[in-house]
Amino acid sequence: MSWKKALIPLACVPLIVLLAYGFRTDPKAIPSPLVEKAAPGFRIAVYDGDSLSLEGLKGKPVVLNFWASWCYPACYEEAPLLEATWRKYQNQGLMMVGVDIQDKEVDGREFIARFNFTFPNGPDPGSKISIDYGVYGVPETFFIDRQGRIAYKQVGALSPDVIEEQARAILEEK
Amino acid sequence: MIATLGGFTLFLALGVTLYAAAASVLGARQGREDWLASSRNAVLAHFCLVTLAIFLLEYALITSDFSLRYVVNNSTRESLTRYKIAGLWGSLEGSILLWEWLQSLMAVLVIARYSDRGPSGCRQLMPYVQAVLQGISVFFLLLMTFAVNPFARIFPIPPDGRGLNPLLEVTDMLIHPLLLYSGYVGFSVPYAFAMAALITGRPTEEWLRITRRWTVVAWLFLTGGIFYGGWWSYRTLGWGGYWAWDPVENASFMPWLTGTAFIHSVMIQERKRMLRVWNLVLVTVTFSLVIFGTFLTRSGILGSVHAFAEGPVGVMFLAFLALVLLFSFGLVAYRSDQLKGHGELDSIVSRESAFLLNNLVLVGICFTVFLGTIFPLLSEAVRGNKISVGMPYFNKVSVPLGMALLLLMGIGPLIAWGRASLNNLQRNFLKPILGAAAGTAVLYVLGMRHVEALAAFALCFFVIGTIIFEFVVATRTRAGTMGETFLTAFGTLLLKSRRRYGGLIVHLGVVIAIIGIAVSSVYKVEREQTLRPGESLTVGRYTVRFDGMEAGERPTHILVWANLTASQDGKPLGELTPGQRFYPNQQSPFASVDARYHWSEDLYVILSSFERDGSSATIKVIINPMISWIWIGGVVILLGVIVAVLPERRLALLTSRAKAQAA
Amino acid sequence: MGLRRRGRVAPGGTAARRRGGWALVALVCAGLLIPLTILAVAPSPPRAEAGSSSPDMDERVRDVASELRCVVCQNLSVADSPSDLAKEMRNLIRELLQQGKTPEEIKAYFVSRYGEFVLLEPPKRGFNLLVWGLPFAALLVGACGVYLAAKRWTQRGHQAAPPLDPAYAERVRRELKEREGSSGS
Repeated sequence: MSWKKALIPLACVPLIVLLAYGFRTDPKAIPSPLVEKAAPGFRIAVYDGDSLSLEGLKGKPVVLNFWASWCYPACYEEAPLLEATWRKYQNQGLMMVGVDIQDKEVDGREFIARFNFTFPNGPDPGSKISIDYGVYGVPETFFIDRQGRIAYKQVGALSPDVIEEQARAILEEK
Repeated sequence: MIATLGGFTLFLALGVTLYAAAASVLGARQGREDWLASSRNAVLAHFCLVTLAIFLLEYALITSDFSLRYVVNNSTRESLTRYKIAGLWGSLEGSILLWEWLQSLMAVLVIARYSDRGPSGCRQLMPYVQAVLQGISVFFLLLMTFAVNPFARIFPIPPDGRGLNPLLEVTDMLIHPLLLYSGYVGFSVPYAFAMAALITGRPTEEWLRITRRWTVVAWLFLTGGIFYGGWWSYRTLGWGGYWAWDPVENASFMPWLTGTAFIHSVMIQERKRMLRVWNLVLVTVTFSLVIFGTFLTRSGILGSVHAFAEGPVGVMFLAFLALVLLFSFGLVAYRSDQLKGHGELDSIVSRESAFLLNNLVLVGICFTVFLGTIFPLLSEAVRGNKISVGMPYFNKVSVPLGMALLLLMGIGPLIAWGRASLNNLQRNFLKPILGAAAGTAVLYVLGMRHVEALAAFALCFFVIGTIIFEFVVATRTRAGTMGETFLTAFGTLLLKSRRRYGGLIVHLGVVIAIIGIAVSSVYKVEREQTLRPGESLTVGRYTVRFDGMEAGERPTHILVWANLTASQDGKPLGELTPGQRFYPNQQSPFASVDARYHWSEDLYVILSSFERDGSSATIKVIINPMISWIWIGGVVILLGVIVAVLPERRLALLTSRAKAQAA
Repeated sequence: MGLRRRGRVAPGGTAARRRGGWALVALVCAGLLIPLTILAVAPSPPRAEAGSSSPDMDERVRDVASELRCVVCQNLSVADSPSDLAKEMRNLIRELLQQGKTPEEIKAYFVSRYGEFVLLEPPKRGFNLLVWGLPFAALLVGACGVYLAAKRWTQRGHQAAPPLDPAYAERVRRELKEREGSSGS
């Protein structure tokens, strides 16, 4: 059989290779175009507090976390981590803000009370902030550095290592 | 106990299948009839073993034996029995078992249908046909034995199961997968025959003739599965549509396209002994696309509503796909010299050319759908960014091709084989063309301005015109020459030229479905509004009044619904109760659609959201004109295929006996 | 290869039959047209609704939303999706349209937040031109291939027939005439 004829079956190989490549990708993950770019401004009406805006936090590193009371089990798993990190680093200038998306105020407050959140949390009426940050699920966390750029985005629940590492990174970088 | 027995049964089946394949091939090569007989027995034993495995798993499901992980994942104690049965194909392991059972069944049917009848050439092919079919089974049995065992145990034994995905706990689940799988597995038989013909080096037209009916029936199941899936989707999912160009939907559509092309182009090969290589390639591509489809569903590389993948299954499917492609195309390349046809055409303007164009358009659509489906993956591999190729793309590229196909459907059956004279063209096409022009003009005058819809209608009128013309002329001729009444002539015509007239009825069904698709997409109207009790929403001639919210407990979920009263032009139509179903294990509720289905248009209502205190509800109303024509078209296609494949001999026997008695 | 069937046997010969044929076709066409025209006319004119807040706006929102992907669903557009996030996105689109933004600007906004993935059809630039262009290119190549193959097969067909011996042809013609004369029809 001449080599020319062998081309016919071999022509299928590139397709197989492409499909094999597919195993490395995650079809559900949406890479964010906002990483390394300026964080979009926001203003939230904190529960039991005043409104808070990103501009007001200029110069501080900010950990912006999107959560919801119906987000089970991921948000419930990472909530204690958030509070712990907040308590550890708040004196060093780290700012933490929680955004409660697509939730009822009653349920949101219950969630905050359950985990004893001491950092500011507020609702996102109309999901404007969520859309502005390209949020497509909960929980998602954005680590914003002092220059107001998004240094890192975490999709899904945070692990202790990641939150520690990223919080330190935005704190320590000048 | 069942777990061990079940696992052992499958393992034994694997061994028997390997034996059957080996005995077939060796028996054929050595000319040992006893080995061939033994391999046929092994094929039967294989089927019995897999049937036993199915019984065992069903028994475990029905008796809620939660020591098996599969039973835990696919049923609950409370489920209705029929859904426990359907749980067999509710997720990965069971669906593989079902597929393998169908595959083993096909092998037995092939023996029953083809073994002793037919010319000697057929008998030469059979051992290799069985070898290929058993080979396919070997793969699925390997999958179950080493990767995804349906009889895997779970420990500790939970008190209750997690249940089927609520979307699947409907009667449709009992039908749709079976239809689709039968179509998929059915296509493995013409593929096996094609490979056998290549292996034995006797690529004649014989195998085409003997598998013709089989291929058409497999096509019918696949078509039925696709239509049924769309119908199910429409009635249940709650977005008002029936086809989203989801990768897995595309995966069922692609083999359908090449399968349709194959059914047409074999007619050329039968008459002219041409296109041998092309037909072998087509049937291989069809089967490969079937495997590709199951690969997509089970590998998780493309996100989809239907995907249910985990583990090494994807890799194994890809390996099998690679094997199939390399093996088949390698064979084709190897035998290509012997395959060269000596076909001739009399004229470019002929039915042969129409069929060639038909193949071109169908394969073209298939290529487009394939490209669109894998392009996100290609783009990510090459550029590293994620894009999506969705409905707008597929609609845009398939509409013009669909129109071309419509045109060919009108021309093909009526243009002559060989050479179409001007006389023939004029006689057969003038009236349908005039009819189409008249019909389109009438629609335009009455207010239809949408260009694509007008074009689609013009073509549909043309095709319907040619079909009716063909029926009427042929019936009249027969009635005139045979002295029969119109009705008798019509019936006899249907029965005598089954293939032709069955085919025409199928075309009619396709046109009806296309009319439904065109009108329902162009003239769809939707409105969404938040209403308080007593308020109404008006869409077109319909008014929908919101009366209040209600909730109730069902065996497996909580149902919340809105009470609506619908009226048309002021006349009351009745109550509609769209709602949402809340399942304990699911984060978000499932839609519960309510609609008034009618052959002229559907009034389709969804409950988008509601206040928990019942003070308001957001209702979405969609009017889908003529969408039922799609399902009606599907039924007409079914009827056409039944006419086309009715067995000839028995009918001829009956009619000749009737004539003898009358004489 | 001998005589081939060319087209259809002519249906009858009388003028009355031909007129009957036309009448039948006209009847069938009318039978098809009447229900279709009723349906074409009867549903309300598409897209113009009375008594809605801003029917035109609804349509504009839906046009933009149908080109965006619902990011929390599988394969649905923002227009079709029943999910909450999709609803909020539709509201946002409405607001942006009311502010005077064009559909392109709105889509660009979503792309800047979610990436190109949020567009349901790939923008016609760069690498993506492949997915838009390849189908037509493939069809064109295929059509040329079909034409060339058909031509080759037709030539083969014409060459295959050997030139007819004139004496033989004359004899065939004579015999055919005799047959037609004797059978009468």
